[in-house]
Amino acid sequence: MSNGILVLVEQVKGEISEITYEMLGLGRRLADELKVPLTAALTGGGVAGLAGQLGAADKVLVVDSPALNMAPAATLAGVAGAAAAQCQAGLVLVGGTNVSLGIGTILSLRTGLPYVNFCKAVKVENGAVVATSLLCGGKILSDVKLAENRGILSIYPGAFPAEAGKSDKSPTVETLAAPVEAPAVEFAKFIEPETGDVDITKQDILVAVGRGIQSQDNLALAEELAQALGGAVCASRPVIDQNWLPLSRQVGKSGMSVKPRLYLALGISGAPEHWEGMQGSRLIISINTDPKAPIFEGSHYGACADVLDVIPALTEKVRARKA
Amino acid sequence: MNYYVLLKMVPDTVEELEIAPDGKALDLEINRLKLADSDEHAIEQALLLKEKHGGEVTVVALEAPDVDDALFTALAKGANRAIKIAGDWAGLQSLGAAKVMAAYLAPGGQLPAETVVLLRSQAYDDLEGEVGPALAELVKAPFVGVVTSVTPEGGKLRVLKEFAGGLRGEFVLPVPCVLGIQSAEKPPRYVPIAKVRATQKTAKIETAEVAAPEKPAVVEVERMYKPEAAGRAQMFEGSPEEVADQVVEVLAQNSLI
Repeated sequence: MSNGILVLVEQVKGEISEITYEMLGLGRRLADELKVPLTAALTGGGVAGLAGQLGAADKVLVVDSPALNMAPAATLAGVAGAAAAQCQAGLVLVGGTNVSLGIGTILSLRTGLPYVNFCKAVKVENGAVVATSLLCGGKILSDVKLAENRGILSIYPGAFPAEAGKSDKSPTVETLAAPVEAPAVEFAKFIEPETGDVDITKQDILVAVGRGIQSQDNLALAEELAQALGGAVCASRPVIDQNWLPLSRQVGKSGMSVKPRLYLALGISGAPEHWEGMQGSRLIISINTDPKAPIFEGSHYGACADVLDVIPALTEKVRARKA
Repeated sequence: MNYYVLLKMVPDTVEELEIAPDGKALDLEINRLKLADSDEHAIEQALLLKEKHGGEVTVVALEAPDVDDALFTALAKGANRAIKIAGDWAGLQSLGAAKVMAAYLAPGGQLPAETVVLLRSQAYDDLEGEVGPALAELVKAPFVGVVTSVTPEGGKLRVLKEFAGGLRGEFVLPVPCVLGIQSAEKPPRYVPIAKVRATQKTAKIETAEVAAPEKPAVVEVERMYKPEAAGRAQMFEGSPEEVADQVVEVLAQNSLI
């Protein structure tokens, strides 16, 4: 009976990614509720030593091969398939990250297991696994019930507590002699983040701008507000893609993760990719013309207004209060 | 080099989205569609490559509401050909769409030589969301996603992929290959409506037919719904001045000013 649960461990440069612990925590809960074993597949060159950090799993299958470091999705899917077969997994959890993008899709085509992307919640209802996906920039939720609890779930980073996946227990560790396909894509090198003139991850106060800022010229308004507050300006993806601000100022899935004391979200809709990078902020105040903008769901305070009207007024009032 | 850019229309999330009466899908009659953002970038990246290194750009889309506008716009921007794959593809998810695209692009099972396929890295409107890696698997071509830069180099492509936290990786792929584009090296070019209208009069969208693929196993949606306003923000009301006053009060209460 193929009913185990398999977590595909994500590691970058020999460090276990946070998403792995989120998946292990979720996997542990599902495994306990369904009374099935939880296995973790750990892949990469020289990774065997990391297995001890995966104690939330009952067993860790290790495929130690340097060809698997930053390998293309097809190569990793091949090893994942071998691991799933070895532990008779019917349910596979993969990180919904840029690093792991494509593995779930390819594994689905090869195994016939259905693929469900963008999962932000998973529960067991009367013995059946129900996954909730976040679609359309966070504006739509979709529930699916997995037939026979079989499928591949791609897990939204930040949707599940990582703490639940950290354990002091020692898992059983086994080496899996899976064949490793020769990667068709050559990994050349890492390019470290440009810190730029300002390191936004170290700021207490961030004035974040999105599409609502409308033009590069209007960025000066945000700069003035940031100066008045003693903070820095950062932005969501559309602003960076316009080359209005450098990559070092981008907050979100592929940009920086920030946890300032104040995150002022100005003209940002709050797509899940952005939310991922700023959800740890202590105080979130959002201003957007769209009353249904997802950013308001997670903010502490909000206002439905045009940021181009509010920013100058706010700058003036902050200066007056500080004077 | 032949650059194929695969286009998809997605609901415009700036608008209020509506769920179909059966509660299991988006209502495509009501929701306004637009070209997926990263497809705009995929078009731009292909045009930049063509302008710098030569070649031909072909945009390809499955028949869908409003898709002609997107195809004509791409032609007006400089694409050489536009192809629409005829059929009723409603309800097709990403793996199914990849099978149709594979049948069109690689009728012999493999992509022709000198072919580079570019498309959005992900689309947010279906449960699978990843046509790129599926297509690559089906046509036995290498794939890299979340790409932000493409440079031809000795018959291969050197690309940059974004990871997280500003970390990026450089990869080298042989051609033919499939690239999931996150953003182009330059912002997508703007084309005036007048030029698109002129293109509609002079250029043609070619129609292609492929056999409908066997539908892959898909999960059945139990329920589609909008998020409940559970943890919703406390909203400030009033004029911009009044909103600013209330924000300043909260900042002061939190010792931020």
